[in-house]
Amino acid sequence: MAKIQIDGTFYEVKSEKNLLDNCLALGFDIPYFCFHPAMGSIGACRLCAVKKFANADDKRGRIVMSCMEPVVEGMIISTDDPDVKAFRESILEGLMANHPHDCPVCDEGGECHLQDMTVMTGHNYRRYTFKKRTHNNQYLGPYIKHEMNRCIQCYRCVRFYRNYAGGKDLNVFGSGNRVYFGRQQDGALESEFSGNLVEVCPTGVFTDKIFNKHYARKWDLAHTPSVCQQCSLGCNIIVSERYGMIRRVMNRYNGSVNGYFICDRGRFGHEFINSPDRIKKVHLRASKASELLEVDESCTLSDFMGKKVIGIGSPGASLESNFALLNLVGKENFSHGISEAEHKLTNQSIRLLQSRKVYSPSLKEIEKSDAILVLGEDIAKTAPMMALAVRQAARSESIKLGEKLGIPEWNDYAVRELDQNHQGPDFIVTPSATKIHELVEMAGQAFAKAENPLIITGISGGNEDILDACSTIADALKKQGKKLSVSIVFPECNSVGLALLDGLTLEETEERIDGRQKAEEKIDTVIILENDLYKRASKERIDAMLKKCRQVIVIDHLMNETARQADVLLPAAAFAESAGTVVNNEGRAQRFYSAVPLTGQLKPGWSWCNDQWENLDQVVNALVDAYPVFSAIKNQMPDADFRCSNEKIARQTMRSSGRTAMNANISVSEPKPPQDNDSPLAFSMEGYKGSPPSGLIPYYWSSGWNSVQATNKYLDEPDGHVRNGGDPGVRLFDDIDKE
Amino acid sequence: MLSLIRSIFYTFLHAFHKRETQDYPEKMPYLPPRYRGRIILSRDPDGKERCVACNLCAAVCPVDCISLQAAEGDDGRRYPEFFRINFSRCIYCGLCEEACPTYAIQLIPDFEMADYNRQNMVYEKEHLLISGQGKYHGFNFYKEAGVNMGVKATGGGENENQPVDLKSLIH
Repeated sequence: MAKIQIDGTFYEVKSEKNLLDNCLALGFDIPYFCFHPAMGSIGACRLCAVKKFANADDKRGRIVMSCMEPVVEGMIISTDDPDVKAFRESILEGLMANHPHDCPVCDEGGECHLQDMTVMTGHNYRRYTFKKRTHNNQYLGPYIKHEMNRCIQCYRCVRFYRNYAGGKDLNVFGSGNRVYFGRQQDGALESEFSGNLVEVCPTGVFTDKIFNKHYARKWDLAHTPSVCQQCSLGCNIIVSERYGMIRRVMNRYNGSVNGYFICDRGRFGHEFINSPDRIKKVHLRASKASELLEVDESCTLSDFMGKKVIGIGSPGASLESNFALLNLVGKENFSHGISEAEHKLTNQSIRLLQSRKVYSPSLKEIEKSDAILVLGEDIAKTAPMMALAVRQAARSESIKLGEKLGIPEWNDYAVRELDQNHQGPDFIVTPSATKIHELVEMAGQAFAKAENPLIITGISGGNEDILDACSTIADALKKQGKKLSVSIVFPECNSVGLALLDGLTLEETEERIDGRQKAEEKIDTVIILENDLYKRASKERIDAMLKKCRQVIVIDHLMNETARQADVLLPAAAFAESAGTVVNNEGRAQRFYSAVPLTGQLKPGWSWCNDQWENLDQVVNALVDAYPVFSAIKNQMPDADFRCSNEKIARQTMRSSGRTAMNANISVSEPKPPQDNDSPLAFSMEGYKGSPPSGLIPYYWSSGWNSVQATNKYLDEPDGHVRNGGDPGVRLFDDIDKE
Repeated sequence: MLSLIRSIFYTFLHAFHKRETQDYPEKMPYLPPRYRGRIILSRDPDGKERCVACNLCAAVCPVDCISLQAAEGDDGRRYPEFFRINFSRCIYCGLCEEACPTYAIQLIPDFEMADYNRQNMVYEKEHLLISGQGKYHGFNFYKEAGVNMGVKATGGGENENQPVDLKSLIH
């Protein structure tokens, strides 16, 4: 810590961070472009100028770039000196000299960092009368649109793509006024993190092509905090809606999970919600031989229930949906719908994580590990954001070396020059079972020097021997006084949550349906909840199983192979249309909320599966009563009655437009806004607009900060933790530890 | 008594004043071109829709009576997929015209908008779009913008240099 004087007031600031970072943490509005809290400083844009005074007698001072300025005890600076303001304005004027007149047709308009900074610095009239420099654009694949004319040469894109995310196919070319950011030739971007360029770019060079197909301005979108369901990491996302349609997914900051970035699967994988294959109506089959037909009348699950029912849940469905089904059919008739091997390995993994022996780290903690062993899991494919975290962890040695030589971590370019792309001690091993003992030996040696050793493994490529090996290594490290972190990648977004409930495996389910039991125990109805069984076992096995049931009820959102076999097909709300809780791979339970008001026959899975509970809170209460392991969810997550200043939290922005016209084609009388009984969020622009509790932030906006850079206003410090309640989510395994 | 006679006298005098009554609708009153009446969407000199669906009119509208959806044509040109104004809410403030960066939305001197049915006051794009340029002649946004949306090539604008050739060694 250091005490410095900013604009005549003394502040305690962090000496390991640079001046700009500290000023932003204190809430000063210093304009900047090239600095990024997760990527450090490079000093390319010259916008974050402040005045530094040598001592109290120095009245003249000198202009310095705050992002490249270390904090020194007793430092005196001014952020609003007239010289500094004029300097920033002139820098902005220079950057704008070649910027095209594109804002009305630019997808970044309304959430553009360049627009914000132009207003903030006060530059408004163009004096440069010569012609603008132009660039040809490239085709960068189906996700990212390239418009190079808009570039202001901040270098953030290549610093993210190459340095931070390890991409190889995007680079900077040319020099002087001709600097060009792109690929060597046209072609799809190869990195699995390319979507982040949209958020990292301060202007509209890289824009979201998927969003462009049904574009709406940021101010017009209704935003909802949600959790990505594409893998088991549970990255936080913001789902945005307009005119009742899901439009895009953006990153939602969670200082313990995904930070500022999400992978492309999370960002672009939501389009299935708008797919023509969506099941939106109840489908019925009159007899086994007839076709599955849409019906208009409303119905409930109890209309079709048989006497002996078996329910198949899904690791891809929310905890509440699975529990509602379990409650409906009874514990002994509830199946997880996963294979015996996966079931066994998942349970064993959870037992390991729950034990005090090893620690289950968050993604942020993985970034801080100094020795990593990846065992038998291709994390770049099964959990891309974990691969990104490992990439940051691999720099730990270089950062330590920099610190030794007096180069702070934030001085990014200097540290990277110093290490010459040296990667820290991390091993990636795909073991076969016979070599486990050698592996333990090798890891033991590598981990001997490390302070925060970490083993990453997973269900898809792992086996029981690996988990045993983890246990052995943990014992070995314990003797040295160290705790081993183990991070396990699970196959689906709620694999962990489901495993904490009781249930049968798919094989046991087949056996129960097989009919070798007594006649009165014979299963006549099977309910399949959001689970495409044909992806879990061979076609013959599933065909045989379903054929033996008198009635197959499927609750799902997409017309998949299982849905086609249904006798009764009920339309389930997808994750962005319903609220629920999922538990990620570290054991963090996180709540997602519905981004669109439900219309027609769509209902969330938990709503189909019960008659007694009317909203999500009642399901959660029953869940906690039956499974106390989840009690932290009830205690720590705000329920639907939660209010900020007696108001619900508004999903829409203050500037949201078209309220009196959007439905006028149907009826000129404006309808009442739809109600949301499952969350403290409102489908309206009316409601609380301040800084809500961390898990309920619908969008990032602050006066003067319309772009995603406003994220920092919601954090205790840039790249820190979310204010008002800490990082969203509740860690379930820690609570067990305390007990 | 005296005041009564005085009042009758003044009333009688009005018989010789200039008449205020207008013979509307037989005789249409003069309205200046900048009168803020019915809203129209204009076309550029090439006869194509001027509106680029930037949403600024909708954002600035104090009664939120404009609603539209952006779409992109095959040439990349932006246009509104639908453009709806609820005239039963419109207060004819003209802020939409001021906000419009392309002179697409304009208020014209026509105030005859009354209707017996409010539903008839909802105007869609086909009701709003005229075939001319309205008050502002000669402006084509895509000639000023940097993007290539089928009107001019990248670097083909009046205020633009030809695109940089990255493979050339000479600046």
